Amino acid sequence: MNFTFTPENKKKFDEYVKRYPQKRAALLPALWLAQEQNGWISGEVMEYLAGLLEVTPAFVYETVTFYTMYNKKPIGKHHIQVCNSVCCWLRGSEQTVDYLKRKLGVNVGESTADGRFHLSTVECLGSCGSAPMMQIDNDYFENLDEEKIDQILNELNTE
Amino acid sequence: MSSILNNNWNNPRQREIKTAMANGAYASLKKVFNMQPVEVTEEVKKSGLRGRGGAGFLTGMKWGFIPKNSKKTVYLINNFDESEPGTFKDRAIVEKDPHRMLEGMIIAAYAIGARTAYIYIRGEYYRQWEILEKAIAEACREGFLGKNILRSGFDLDIYQHRGAGAYICGEETALLSSLEGGRGYPRIKPPFPAIEGAWRCPTIVNNVETLSNLPFIMNNGAAAYRKFGTEKSPGTKLISASGHVNKPGVYEVEMGLPVRTFVEEHLGGVWKGRKLKGVVPGGSSFQVLTAEETSKCCLDFESCAGCGTSLGSGGFYVMDETTCMVKMLQYTAKFYEHESCGQCTPCREGTGWVSQIVRRIEEGHGRQRDLDLLIDVSKNMVNGRTICVFADALALPVISYVTKFRAEFEEHIKLGRCSLQNG
Ligand SMILES: Cc1cc2nc3c(=O)[nH]c(=O)nc-3n(C[C@H](O)[C@H](O)[C@H](O)COP(=O)(O)O)c2cc1C
Ligand code: SF4
Repeated sequence: MNFTFTPENKKKFDEYVKRYPQKRAALLPALWLAQEQNGWISGEVMEYLAGLLEVTPAFVYETVTFYTMYNKKPIGKHHIQVCNSVCCWLRGSEQTVDYLKRKLGVNVGESTADGRFHLSTVECLGSCGSAPMMQIDNDYFENLDEEKIDQILNELNTE
Repeated sequence: MSSILNNNWNNPRQREIKTAMANGAYASLKKVFNMQPVEVTEEVKKSGLRGRGGAGFLTGMKWGFIPKNSKKTVYLINNFDESEPGTFKDRAIVEKDPHRMLEGMIIAAYAIGARTAYIYIRGEYYRQWEILEKAIAEACREGFLGKNILRSGFDLDIYQHRGAGAYICGEETALLSSLEGGRGYPRIKPPFPAIEGAWRCPTIVNNVETLSNLPFIMNNGAAAYRKFGTEKSPGTKLISASGHVNKPGVYEVEMGLPVRTFVEEHLGGVWKGRKLKGVVPGGSSFQVLTAEETSKCCLDFESCAGCGTSLGSGGFYVMDETTCMVKMLQYTAKFYEHESCGQCTPCREGTGWVSQIVRRIEEGHGRQRDLDLLIDVSKNMVNGRTICVFADALALPVISYVTKFRAEFEEHIKLGRCSLQNG
Protein backbone atom coordinates (compact mmCIF):
# COMPACT_ATOMS: atom_id res chain seq x y z
CA MET A 1 0.00 0.00 0.00
CA ASN A 2 1.83 3.04 -1.23
CA PHE A 3 1.10 6.33 0.45
CA THR A 4 0.98 9.69 -1.27
CA PHE A 5 -0.62 12.95 -0.23
CA THR A 6 -3.88 13.87 -1.91
CA PRO A 7 -3.35 16.83 -4.26
CA GLU A 8 -4.99 19.09 -1.69
CA ASN A 9 -2.71 17.89 1.10
CA LYS A 10 0.33 18.10 -1.15
CA LYS A 11 -0.50 21.78 -1.59
CA LYS A 12 -0.73 22.26 2.17
CA PHE A 13 2.54 20.40 2.58
CA ASP A 14 4.31 22.69 0.08
CA GLU A 15 2.96 25.63 2.03
CA TYR A 16 4.39 24.24 5.30
CA VAL A 17 7.83 23.74 3.80
CA LYS A 18 7.99 27.43 2.93
CA ARG A 19 7.55 28.41 6.57
CA TYR A 20 10.98 27.18 7.63
CA PRO A 21 14.53 27.93 6.50
CA GLN A 22 15.23 24.19 6.38
CA LYS A 23 13.06 21.56 4.74
CA ARG A 24 13.20 18.94 7.48
CA ALA A 25 11.56 21.32 9.93
CA ALA A 26 8.30 20.62 8.12
CA LEU A 27 8.38 17.03 9.39
CA LEU A 28 6.05 17.53 12.36
CA PRO A 29 3.35 19.34 10.39
CA ALA A 30 3.78 16.84 7.54
CA LEU A 31 3.23 13.97 9.95
CA TRP A 32 0.06 15.61 11.26
CA LEU A 33 -1.20 15.96 7.73
CA ALA A 34 -0.37 12.35 6.91
CA GLN A 35 -2.06 11.11 10.07
CA GLU A 36 -5.17 13.09 9.21
CA GLN A 37 -5.26 11.44 5.80
CA ASN A 38 -4.17 7.92 6.74
CA GLY A 39 -5.24 7.54 10.37
CA TRP A 40 -1.79 6.42 11.46
CA ILE A 41 1.88 6.66 10.54
CA SER A 42 2.79 3.53 8.61
CA GLY A 43 6.19 2.57 7.25
CA GLU A 44 5.03 3.73 3.81
CA VAL A 45 4.12 7.14 5.21
CA MET A 46 7.55 7.46 6.77
CA GLU A 47 9.33 6.54 3.55
CA TYR A 48 7.19 8.89 1.53
CA LEU A 49 7.86 11.83 3.86
CA ALA A 50 11.57 11.02 4.00
CA GLY A 51 11.65 11.31 0.23
CA LEU A 52 9.75 14.59 0.18
CA LEU A 53 11.85 16.18 2.92
CA GLU A 54 15.19 14.77 1.77
CA VAL A 55 16.00 13.01 5.03
CA THR A 56 16.55 9.34 5.77
CA PRO A 57 13.61 7.14 6.74
CA ALA A 58 15.53 6.50 9.99
CA PHE A 59 15.35 10.22 10.81
CA VAL A 60 11.60 10.20 10.29
CA TYR A 61 11.27 7.05 12.38
CA GLU A 62 13.23 8.61 15.25
CA THR A 63 10.98 11.63 15.29
CA VAL A 64 7.75 9.65 15.00
CA THR A 65 8.61 7.36 17.87
CA PHE A 66 9.48 10.23 20.20
CA TYR A 67 6.00 11.76 20.19
CA THR A 68 3.00 10.06 21.76
CA MET A 69 0.38 11.60 19.50
CA TYR A 70 1.55 10.01 16.27
CA ASN A 71 -0.22 6.66 16.04
CA LYS A 72 2.23 3.90 15.30
CA LYS A 73 -0.60 1.51 14.53
CA PRO A 74 -4.20 1.86 13.40
CA ILE A 75 -6.53 2.63 16.29
CA GLY A 76 -10.27 2.72 16.88
CA LYS A 77 -12.37 5.30 15.08
CA HIS A 78 -12.67 7.54 18.12
CA HIS A 79 -9.69 7.93 20.41
CA ILE A 80 -10.75 8.50 24.02
CA GLN A 81 -7.90 9.87 26.09
CA VAL A 82 -8.65 10.31 29.76
CA CYS A 83 -6.36 12.57 31.70
CA ASN A 84 -5.05 10.63 34.65
CA SER A 85 -2.40 13.03 35.85
CA VAL A 86 -1.87 14.71 39.21
CA CYS A 87 -4.65 17.31 39.27
CA CYS A 88 -7.28 15.16 37.58
CA TRP A 89 -6.54 12.44 40.11
CA LEU A 90 -7.34 14.92 42.88
CA ARG A 91 -10.79 15.29 41.34
CA GLY A 92 -11.50 11.61 40.82
CA SER A 93 -10.05 10.61 37.44
CA GLU A 94 -9.47 7.03 38.63
CA GLN A 95 -13.23 6.56 38.83
CA THR A 96 -13.63 8.09 35.38
CA VAL A 97 -11.18 5.58 33.94
CA ASP A 98 -12.90 2.69 35.72
CA TYR A 99 -16.29 3.76 34.48
CA LEU A 100 -15.11 3.98 30.87
CA LYS A 101 -13.43 0.58 31.09
CA ARG A 102 -16.64 -1.00 32.31
CA LYS A 103 -18.83 0.85 29.89
CA LEU A 104 -16.72 0.06 26.84
CA GLY A 105 -15.65 -3.39 28.01
CA VAL A 106 -11.98 -2.77 27.26
CA ASN A 107 -8.80 -2.16 29.17
CA VAL A 108 -6.69 0.93 28.81
CA GLY A 109 -4.73 0.64 25.56
CA GLU A 110 -7.40 -1.42 23.79
CA SER A 111 -10.04 -0.83 21.15
CA THR A 112 -13.63 -2.00 21.33
CA ALA A 113 -14.47 -5.10 19.26
CA ASP A 114 -16.41 -3.02 16.73
CA GLY A 115 -13.39 -0.72 16.34
CA ARG A 116 -15.38 2.37 17.25
CA PHE A 117 -13.47 3.39 20.37
CA HIS A 118 -9.92 3.22 21.60
CA LEU A 119 -9.26 3.98 25.27
CA SER A 120 -6.05 5.55 26.57
CA THR A 121 -4.99 7.33 29.71
CA VAL A 122 -2.70 10.29 29.26
CA GLU A 123 -0.73 12.80 31.29
CA CYS A 124 -1.85 16.37 31.91
CA LEU A 125 -3.94 17.91 29.11
CA GLY A 126 -4.05 21.41 30.60
CA SER A 127 -7.59 21.07 31.86
CA CYS A 128 -6.96 20.70 35.59
CA GLY A 129 -9.56 23.30 36.54
CA SER A 130 -12.34 21.31 34.86
CA ALA A 131 -11.32 17.85 36.02
CA PRO A 132 -12.09 15.05 35.51
CA MET A 133 -11.87 15.32 31.76
CA MET A 134 -11.14 13.44 28.57
CA GLN A 135 -10.19 14.26 25.03
CA ILE A 136 -12.04 12.49 22.24
CA ASP A 137 -10.35 13.06 18.90
CA ASN A 138 -9.90 16.85 18.71
CA ASP A 139 -12.29 17.88 21.48
CA TYR A 140 -12.07 18.24 25.24
CA PHE A 141 -14.96 17.07 27.43
CA GLU A 142 -14.66 18.52 30.90
CA ASN A 143 -16.23 18.31 34.37
CA LEU A 144 -17.24 14.72 33.69
CA ASP A 145 -19.60 12.53 35.64
CA GLU A 146 -21.18 9.22 34.64
CA GLU A 147 -24.29 10.78 33.23
CA LYS A 148 -22.29 13.14 31.07
CA ILE A 149 -20.07 10.34 29.79
CA ASP A 150 -23.15 8.28 28.83
CA GLN A 151 -24.54 11.20 26.92
CA ILE A 152 -21.28 11.91 25.06
CA LEU A 153 -20.80 8.29 24.03
CA ASN A 154 -24.42 7.97 22.96
CA GLU A 155 -24.05 10.92 20.67
CA LEU A 156 -20.93 9.45 19.11
CA ASN A 157 -22.65 6.08 18.72
CA THR A 158 -25.61 7.48 16.86
CA GLU A 159 -23.69 9.73 14.50
CA MET B 1 -9.30 46.36 41.28
CA SER B 2 -8.29 46.62 37.67
CA SER B 3 -6.33 44.08 35.75
CA ILE B 4 -3.93 43.84 32.83
CA LEU B 5 -4.79 40.67 30.95
CA ASN B 6 -8.36 39.62 31.56
CA ASN B 7 -10.31 42.85 31.00
CA ASN B 8 -12.26 41.47 28.07
CA TRP B 9 -12.47 37.84 28.96
CA ASN B 10 -16.19 37.84 29.53
CA ASN B 11 -16.91 39.28 26.11
CA PRO B 12 -17.68 36.22 23.99
CA ARG B 13 -16.79 38.09 20.77
CA GLN B 14 -13.37 39.23 21.94
CA ARG B 15 -11.77 36.56 19.73
CA GLU B 16 -12.95 38.44 16.66
CA ILE B 17 -10.54 41.11 15.55
CA LYS B 18 -13.20 43.80 15.08
CA THR B 19 -14.36 43.49 18.67
CA ALA B 20 -10.82 43.19 19.95
CA MET B 21 -9.83 46.37 18.05
CA ALA B 22 -12.82 48.23 19.40
CA ASN B 23 -11.45 47.28 22.82
CA GLY B 24 -8.02 48.61 22.00
CA ALA B 25 -6.21 45.65 20.43
CA TYR B 26 -3.21 46.57 18.26
CA ALA B 27 -3.42 50.20 19.42
CA SER B 28 0.09 50.10 20.87
CA LEU B 29 1.70 49.38 17.51
CA LYS B 30 1.59 52.98 16.21
CA LYS B 31 3.54 54.11 19.23
CA VAL B 32 5.91 51.15 19.10
CA PHE B 33 6.79 51.69 15.44
CA ASN B 34 7.63 55.31 16.22
CA MET B 35 10.24 54.14 18.69
CA GLN B 36 13.61 52.59 18.00
CA PRO B 37 13.68 48.85 18.76
CA VAL B 38 16.17 49.42 21.60
CA GLU B 39 13.82 51.95 23.14
CA VAL B 40 11.13 49.28 23.25
CA THR B 41 13.54 46.90 24.96
CA GLU B 42 14.46 49.67 27.41
CA GLU B 43 10.82 50.26 28.31
CA VAL B 44 10.32 46.54 28.92
CA LYS B 45 13.47 46.48 31.05
CA LYS B 46 12.12 49.37 33.09
CA SER B 47 8.81 47.61 33.60
CA GLY B 48 10.62 44.79 35.39
CA LEU B 49 8.53 42.21 33.49
CA ARG B 50 9.63 38.68 34.31
CA GLY B 51 9.03 35.53 32.31
CA ARG B 52 5.80 33.70 33.09
CA GLY B 53 6.91 30.34 31.67
CA GLY B 54 8.40 29.15 34.95
CA ALA B 55 11.81 30.66 35.51
CA GLY B 56 10.84 34.29 36.09
CA PHE B 57 13.76 35.61 34.06
CA LEU B 58 13.75 39.34 33.26
CA THR B 59 12.28 39.69 29.78
CA GLY B 60 14.03 42.90 28.75
CA MET B 61 17.37 41.56 29.88
CA LYS B 62 16.90 38.38 27.86
CA TRP B 63 16.13 40.40 24.74
CA GLY B 64 19.32 42.36 25.36
CA PHE B 65 21.38 39.19 24.86
CA ILE B 66 20.63 39.15 21.14
CA PRO B 67 23.97 39.98 19.47
CA LYS B 68 23.92 43.55 18.20
CA ASN B 69 25.59 43.46 14.82
CA SER B 70 24.96 39.89 13.80
CA LYS B 71 24.05 39.30 10.16
CA LYS B 72 22.09 36.22 11.10
CA THR B 73 18.32 35.97 11.00
CA VAL B 74 16.65 36.48 14.39
CA TYR B 75 13.67 34.38 15.48
CA LEU B 76 10.96 34.88 18.06
CA ILE B 77 9.24 31.85 19.54
CA ASN B 78 6.09 31.97 21.59
CA ASN B 79 6.07 29.01 23.95
CA PHE B 80 2.53 27.66 24.08
CA ASP B 81 3.47 24.11 25.02
CA GLU B 82 1.75 24.41 28.41
CA SER B 83 1.96 20.84 29.70
CA GLU B 84 2.97 21.08 33.34
CA PRO B 85 0.43 19.45 35.66
CA GLY B 86 -1.57 22.26 37.23
CA THR B 87 -0.92 24.81 34.49
CA PHE B 88 -3.72 25.86 32.14
CA LYS B 89 -3.51 29.64 31.99
CA ASP B 90 -1.99 30.24 28.55
CA ARG B 91 -4.91 28.39 27.12
CA ALA B 92 -7.25 30.92 28.75
CA ILE B 93 -5.46 33.82 27.07
CA VAL B 94 -5.69 32.16 23.66
CA GLU B 95 -9.31 31.14 24.05
CA LYS B 96 -10.47 34.49 25.37
CA ASP B 97 -8.23 37.16 23.90
CA PRO B 98 -5.86 35.81 21.23
CA HIS B 99 -5.23 39.19 19.63
CA ARG B 100 -3.63 40.54 22.78
CA MET B 101 -1.06 37.78 22.51
CA LEU B 102 -0.45 38.41 18.80
CA GLU B 103 -0.01 42.11 19.49
CA GLY B 104 2.54 41.19 22.15
CA MET B 105 4.38 39.03 19.66
CA ILE B 106 4.55 41.88 17.16
CA ILE B 107 6.01 44.16 19.83
CA ALA B 108 8.61 41.58 20.88
CA ALA B 109 9.56 40.74 17.29
CA TYR B 110 10.04 44.43 16.50
CA ALA B 111 12.22 44.93 19.57
CA ILE B 112 14.53 42.00 18.83
CA GLY B 113 14.50 42.37 15.06
CA ALA B 114 12.69 39.15 14.17
CA ARG B 115 10.87 38.91 10.85
CA THR B 116 9.61 35.39 11.47
CA ALA B 117 7.97 34.16 14.64
CA TYR B 118 6.63 30.75 15.57
CA ILE B 119 4.04 29.73 18.09
CA TYR B 120 4.97 26.35 19.48
CA ILE B 121 1.60 24.92 20.51
CA ARG B 122 1.09 21.57 22.21
CA GLY B 123 -0.50 18.99 19.93
CA GLU B 124 -3.51 18.39 22.15
CA TYR B 125 -4.60 22.01 21.89
CA TYR B 126 -6.27 21.44 18.54
CA ARG B 127 -9.19 23.84 19.02
CA GLN B 128 -6.82 26.50 20.30
CA TRP B 129 -4.73 25.94 17.19
CA GLU B 130 -7.84 26.63 15.11
CA ILE B 131 -8.58 29.79 17.09
CA LEU B 132 -5.06 31.05 16.44
CA GLU B 133 -5.09 30.15 12.73
CA LYS B 134 -8.18 32.30 12.42
CA ALA B 135 -6.77 35.13 14.53
CA ILE B 136 -3.52 35.19 12.54
CA ALA B 137 -5.45 35.29 9.25
CA GLU B 138 -7.55 38.18 10.56
CA ALA B 139 -4.47 40.09 11.72
CA CYS B 140 -2.92 39.62 8.27
CA ARG B 141 -6.06 40.92 6.61
CA GLU B 142 -6.06 44.03 8.80
CA GLY B 143 -2.42 44.68 7.97
CA PHE B 144 -0.95 43.93 11.42
CA LEU B 145 1.07 41.04 10.03
CA GLY B 146 2.85 40.55 6.73
CA LYS B 147 4.82 43.13 4.81
CA ASN B 148 5.35 46.72 5.82
CA ILE B 149 3.03 46.65 8.82
CA LEU B 150 1.17 49.97 9.21
CA ARG B 151 3.66 51.44 6.71
CA SER B 152 6.42 51.09 9.27
CA GLY B 153 8.73 49.18 6.96
CA PHE B 154 8.61 46.32 9.47
CA ASP B 155 7.64 42.85 8.20
CA LEU B 156 6.52 39.94 10.30
CA ASP B 157 5.09 36.50 9.62
CA ILE B 158 3.73 34.32 12.42
CA TYR B 159 3.38 30.56 12.00
CA GLN B 160 2.14 27.88 14.32
CA HIS B 161 4.16 24.74 14.90
CA ARG B 162 2.18 21.94 16.50
CA GLY B 163 3.89 19.62 18.94
CA ALA B 164 2.75 16.03 19.23
CA GLY B 165 2.55 15.07 22.89
CA ALA B 166 5.81 15.55 24.77
CA TYR B 167 6.03 17.69 27.91
CA ILE B 168 9.76 18.17 27.51
CA CYS B 169 9.21 20.25 24.36
CA GLY B 170 8.25 23.13 26.66
CA GLU B 171 11.88 23.33 27.73
CA GLU B 172 13.22 25.95 25.37
CA THR B 173 16.09 24.01 23.81
CA ALA B 174 13.96 20.86 23.43
CA LEU B 175 11.43 23.11 21.76
CA LEU B 176 14.08 24.19 19.27
CA SER B 177 14.94 20.57 18.47
CA SER B 178 11.27 19.87 17.90
CA LEU B 179 10.85 23.00 15.78
CA GLU B 180 13.66 21.77 13.57
CA GLY B 181 11.85 18.49 12.95
CA GLY B 182 13.65 16.15 15.32
CA ARG B 183 13.08 14.46 18.64
CA GLY B 184 12.45 16.92 21.44
CA TYR B 185 15.86 16.58 22.99
CA PRO B 186 17.12 19.44 25.16
CA ARG B 187 20.54 20.84 24.27
CA ILE B 188 23.45 21.74 26.47
CA LYS B 189 23.54 25.44 27.45
CA PRO B 190 25.55 27.52 26.69
CA PRO B 191 25.13 28.50 23.96
CA PHE B 192 21.85 30.05 25.06
CA PRO B 193 19.13 30.42 22.44
CA ALA B 194 19.58 34.19 22.35
CA ILE B 195 23.03 33.57 20.87
CA GLU B 196 22.47 30.29 19.05
CA GLY B 197 18.90 29.07 18.89
CA ALA B 198 16.71 27.93 16.04
CA TRP B 199 18.88 26.90 13.07
CA ARG B 200 21.83 28.25 15.05
CA CYS B 201 20.45 31.76 14.79
CA PRO B 202 19.73 34.17 17.66
CA THR B 203 16.34 33.24 19.09
CA ILE B 204 14.14 34.52 21.88
CA VAL B 205 11.74 32.11 23.50
CA ASN B 206 8.99 33.72 25.57
CA ASN B 207 5.88 32.41 27.19
CA VAL B 208 2.34 33.28 26.03
CA GLU B 209 1.54 35.21 29.20
CA THR B 210 4.83 37.10 29.16
CA LEU B 211 4.15 38.32 25.63
CA SER B 212 0.55 39.19 26.46
CA ASN B 213 1.74 41.72 29.04
CA LEU B 214 3.55 43.78 26.41
CA PRO B 215 0.61 45.70 24.92
CA PHE B 216 -0.26 47.13 28.36
CA ILE B 217 3.35 48.09 29.01
CA MET B 218 3.74 49.83 25.66
CA ASN B 219 0.36 51.56 25.87
CA ASN B 220 0.69 52.78 29.43
CA GLY B 221 4.40 52.82 30.12
CA ALA B 222 6.64 50.95 32.53
CA ALA B 223 5.66 53.14 35.49
CA ALA B 224 1.98 52.30 35.11
CA TYR B 225 2.87 48.62 34.94
CA ARG B 226 4.90 48.86 38.11
CA LYS B 227 1.85 50.14 39.98
CA PHE B 228 0.81 46.50 40.05
CA GLY B 229 2.53 43.88 42.13
CA THR B 230 5.71 44.11 44.15
CA GLU B 231 9.04 45.83 43.61
CA LYS B 232 10.77 42.71 42.28
CA SER B 233 7.71 40.98 40.86
CA PRO B 234 5.79 43.74 39.12
CA GLY B 235 2.47 43.22 37.42
CA THR B 236 -0.16 40.58 37.76
CA LYS B 237 0.03 36.83 37.44
CA LEU B 238 -2.42 34.40 35.99
CA ILE B 239 -2.92 31.59 38.45
CA SER B 240 -4.58 28.43 37.24
CA ALA B 241 -6.15 26.88 40.31
CA SER B 242 -7.29 23.30 40.64
CA GLY B 243 -7.63 20.45 43.09
CA HIS B 244 -9.77 20.48 46.19
CA VAL B 245 -11.27 23.96 46.03
CA ASN B 246 -14.77 25.23 45.48
CA LYS B 247 -14.05 27.42 42.50
CA PRO B 248 -11.20 26.15 40.34
CA GLY B 249 -10.27 28.24 37.31
CA VAL B 250 -7.90 30.85 35.92
CA TYR B 251 -7.53 34.00 38.02
CA GLU B 252 -5.54 37.16 37.41
CA VAL B 253 -4.12 38.39 40.70
CA GLU B 254 -1.72 41.12 41.64
CA MET B 255 1.69 39.72 42.47
CA GLY B 256 2.10 39.56 46.23
CA LEU B 257 -1.39 38.30 47.08
CA PRO B 258 -1.24 36.03 50.16
CA VAL B 259 -1.88 32.38 49.34
CA ARG B 260 -4.48 32.09 52.10
CA THR B 261 -6.43 35.08 50.81
CA PHE B 262 -6.35 33.59 47.34
CA VAL B 263 -7.73 30.28 48.59
CA GLU B 264 -10.38 31.78 50.83
CA GLU B 265 -11.57 34.74 48.79
CA HIS B 266 -10.94 33.82 45.18
CA LEU B 267 -11.29 30.06 45.23
CA GLY B 268 -14.15 29.95 47.70
CA GLY B 269 -12.12 27.94 50.17
CA VAL B 270 -11.35 24.23 50.39
CA TRP B 271 -14.20 22.08 49.09
CA LYS B 272 -16.61 20.04 51.19
CA GLY B 273 -15.84 22.20 54.21
CA ARG B 274 -12.60 20.31 54.74
CA LYS B 275 -9.28 21.55 56.05
CA LEU B 276 -6.30 22.50 53.96
CA LYS B 277 -3.43 20.02 53.90
CA GLY B 278 -1.04 21.29 51.27
CA VAL B 279 -0.61 23.55 48.26
CA VAL B 280 1.63 23.40 45.24
CA PRO B 281 1.66 27.02 44.10
CA GLY B 282 3.67 26.95 40.89
CA GLY B 283 3.18 23.67 39.06
CA SER B 284 4.22 20.06 39.70
CA SER B 285 7.92 20.79 39.20
CA PHE B 286 8.20 22.59 42.50
CA GLN B 287 8.00 21.89 46.21
CA VAL B 288 4.74 21.33 48.06
CA LEU B 289 3.85 23.68 50.92
CA THR B 290 2.22 22.47 54.13
CA ALA B 291 -0.91 24.25 55.33
CA GLU B 292 1.19 26.00 57.93
CA GLU B 293 3.71 27.21 55.36
CA THR B 294 0.96 28.63 53.15
CA SER B 295 0.05 31.17 55.81
CA LYS B 296 3.40 32.88 55.28
CA CYS B 297 3.50 32.61 51.52
CA CYS B 298 2.46 35.17 48.93
CA LEU B 299 2.01 34.83 45.18
CA ASP B 300 5.15 36.50 43.90
CA PHE B 301 8.56 35.17 42.90
CA GLU B 302 10.44 36.28 46.03
CA SER B 303 7.93 35.15 48.58
CA CYS B 304 7.56 31.70 47.02
CA ALA B 305 11.34 31.33 46.81
CA GLY B 306 11.60 32.43 50.44
CA CYS B 307 9.18 29.63 51.36
CA GLY B 308 11.34 27.10 49.58
CA THR B 309 9.20 26.67 46.48
CA SER B 310 8.52 28.64 43.31
CA LEU B 311 5.77 30.65 41.71
CA GLY B 312 6.80 28.78 38.54
CA SER B 313 4.11 28.95 35.92
CA GLY B 314 1.30 29.59 38.40
CA GLY B 315 -0.03 26.03 38.36
CA PHE B 316 -1.66 26.19 41.77
CA TYR B 317 -3.27 23.10 43.25
CA VAL B 318 -4.78 22.40 46.59
CA MET B 319 -4.96 19.22 48.63
CA ASP B 320 -7.53 18.75 51.37
CA GLU B 321 -7.02 16.87 54.62
CA THR B 322 -8.10 13.52 53.15
CA THR B 323 -5.37 13.49 50.48
CA CYS B 324 -2.90 10.63 50.65
CA MET B 325 0.50 12.26 50.15
CA VAL B 326 2.05 8.96 49.11
CA LYS B 327 -0.42 8.70 46.28
CA MET B 328 0.08 12.37 45.46
CA LEU B 329 3.79 11.77 45.07
CA GLN B 330 3.16 8.58 43.12
CA TYR B 331 1.10 10.50 40.58
CA THR B 332 3.71 13.24 40.40
CA ALA B 333 6.52 10.72 39.87
CA LYS B 334 4.51 8.83 37.24
CA PHE B 335 4.34 12.00 35.18
CA TYR B 336 8.09 12.56 35.21
CA GLU B 337 8.87 8.92 34.56
CA HIS B 338 6.64 9.11 31.51
CA GLU B 339 8.03 12.40 30.22
CA SER B 340 11.82 12.07 30.69
CA CYS B 341 13.43 12.33 27.28
CA GLY B 342 15.98 9.72 28.31
CA GLN B 343 19.19 11.45 27.24
CA CYS B 344 20.83 11.64 30.70
CA THR B 345 21.33 8.62 32.93
CA PRO B 346 20.55 10.30 36.29
CA CYS B 347 17.22 11.49 34.89
CA ARG B 348 16.19 8.46 32.85
CA GLU B 349 17.08 6.01 35.62
CA GLY B 350 16.28 8.33 38.51
CA THR B 351 12.73 9.15 37.43
CA GLY B 352 12.07 5.45 36.89
CA TRP B 353 13.49 4.46 40.26
CA VAL B 354 11.67 7.12 42.20
CA SER B 355 8.45 6.17 40.53
CA GLN B 356 8.97 2.48 41.24
CA ILE B 357 9.86 3.03 44.89
CA VAL B 358 6.89 5.29 45.55
CA ARG B 359 4.56 2.86 43.80
CA ARG B 360 5.94 0.07 45.96
CA ILE B 361 5.28 2.09 49.11
CA GLU B 362 1.81 3.04 47.97
CA GLU B 363 0.90 -0.57 47.24
CA GLY B 364 1.99 -1.66 50.68
CA HIS B 365 5.34 -3.26 49.93
CA GLY B 366 7.54 -0.41 51.11
CA ARG B 367 10.35 -0.57 53.63
CA GLN B 368 11.26 2.18 56.06
CA ARG B 369 14.67 2.59 54.44
CA ASP B 370 12.94 3.40 51.14
CA LEU B 371 12.39 6.93 52.40
CA ASP B 372 16.08 7.69 52.71
CA LEU B 373 16.64 5.90 49.44
CA LEU B 374 14.15 8.25 47.75
CA ILE B 375 15.98 11.27 49.10
CA ASP B 376 19.31 9.79 48.11
CA VAL B 377 18.27 9.08 44.53
CA SER B 378 16.75 12.55 44.28
CA LYS B 379 19.88 14.26 45.51
CA ASN B 380 21.75 12.55 42.71
CA MET B 381 19.44 14.08 40.15
CA VAL B 382 19.95 17.76 40.97
CA ASN B 383 22.54 20.50 40.56
CA GLY B 384 23.66 20.29 37.01
CA ARG B 385 24.15 16.55 36.61
CA THR B 386 21.87 16.59 33.61
CA ILE B 387 21.43 18.48 30.36
CA CYS B 388 18.27 20.26 31.48
CA VAL B 389 16.51 20.91 34.77
CA PHE B 390 13.74 18.39 34.13
CA ALA B 391 15.48 16.02 36.55
CA ASP B 392 15.41 18.68 39.29
CA ALA B 393 11.74 19.12 38.57
CA LEU B 394 11.03 15.69 40.00
CA ALA B 395 13.80 15.58 42.59
CA LEU B 396 12.71 18.76 44.38
CA PRO B 397 9.08 17.72 44.83
CA VAL B 398 10.14 14.25 46.00
CA ILE B 399 12.41 15.65 48.67
CA SER B 400 9.69 18.06 49.78
CA TYR B 401 6.88 15.48 50.06
CA VAL B 402 9.03 12.90 51.84
CA THR B 403 10.56 15.41 54.26
CA LYS B 404 7.46 17.42 55.06
CA PHE B 405 5.07 14.48 55.35
CA ARG B 406 7.54 11.93 56.61
CA ALA B 407 5.34 10.67 59.44
CA GLU B 408 2.57 9.94 56.97
CA PHE B 409 4.93 8.04 54.67
CA GLU B 410 6.22 6.02 57.63
CA GLU B 411 2.69 5.22 58.73
CA HIS B 412 1.76 4.12 55.21
CA ILE B 413 4.75 1.78 55.12
CA LYS B 414 3.93 0.37 58.55
CA LEU B 415 0.27 -0.27 57.77
CA GLY B 416 0.86 -1.25 54.18
CA ARG B 417 -1.88 1.19 53.16
CA CYS B 418 -3.10 4.70 53.61
CA SER B 419 -4.44 5.58 57.01
CA LEU B 420 -6.55 8.43 55.71
CA GLN B 421 -8.80 7.04 53.03
CA ASN B 422 -11.10 4.11 52.87
CA GLY B 423 -9.75 2.86 49.57
C1 LIG C 1 10.86 20.70 31.73
C2 LIG C 1 10.50 22.10 31.36
C3 LIG C 1 9.27 22.37 30.77
C4 LIG C 1 8.92 23.67 30.42
N1 LIG C 1 7.68 23.90 29.87
C5 LIG C 1 7.34 25.17 29.53
C6 LIG C 1 6.09 25.44 28.92
O1 LIG C 1 5.27 24.55 28.69
N2 LIG C 1 5.80 26.73 28.59
C7 LIG C 1 6.68 27.74 28.82
O2 LIG C 1 6.39 28.88 28.49
N3 LIG C 1 7.87 27.51 29.38
C8 LIG C 1 8.23 26.26 29.74
N4 LIG C 1 9.46 26.04 30.29
C9 LIG C 1 10.38 27.18 30.43
C10 LIG C 1 11.12 27.45 29.13
O3 LIG C 1 12.30 26.66 29.09
C11 LIG C 1 11.53 28.91 28.99
O4 LIG C 1 12.24 29.28 30.12
C12 LIG C 1 10.37 29.86 28.84
O5 LIG C 1 9.54 29.50 27.78
C13 LIG C 1 10.90 31.25 28.62
O6 LIG C 1 9.85 32.18 28.53
P1 LIG C 1 9.67 33.35 29.59
O7 LIG C 1 11.02 33.95 29.83
O8 LIG C 1 8.73 34.28 28.95
O9 LIG C 1 9.13 32.69 30.82
C14 LIG C 1 9.82 24.73 30.66
C15 LIG C 1 11.05 24.44 31.24
C16 LIG C 1 11.39 23.16 31.60
C17 LIG C 1 12.72 22.90 32.22
S1 SF4 D 1 17.46 15.96 32.35
FE1 SF4 D 1 16.00 14.41 31.67
S2 SF4 D 1 14.61 15.49 30.31
FE2 SF4 D 1 16.44 16.81 30.55
S3 SF4 D 1 17.76 16.24 28.84
FE3 SF4 D 1 18.36 14.93 30.56
S4 SF4 D 1 17.11 13.06 30.29
FE4 SF4 D 1 16.20 14.64 29.02
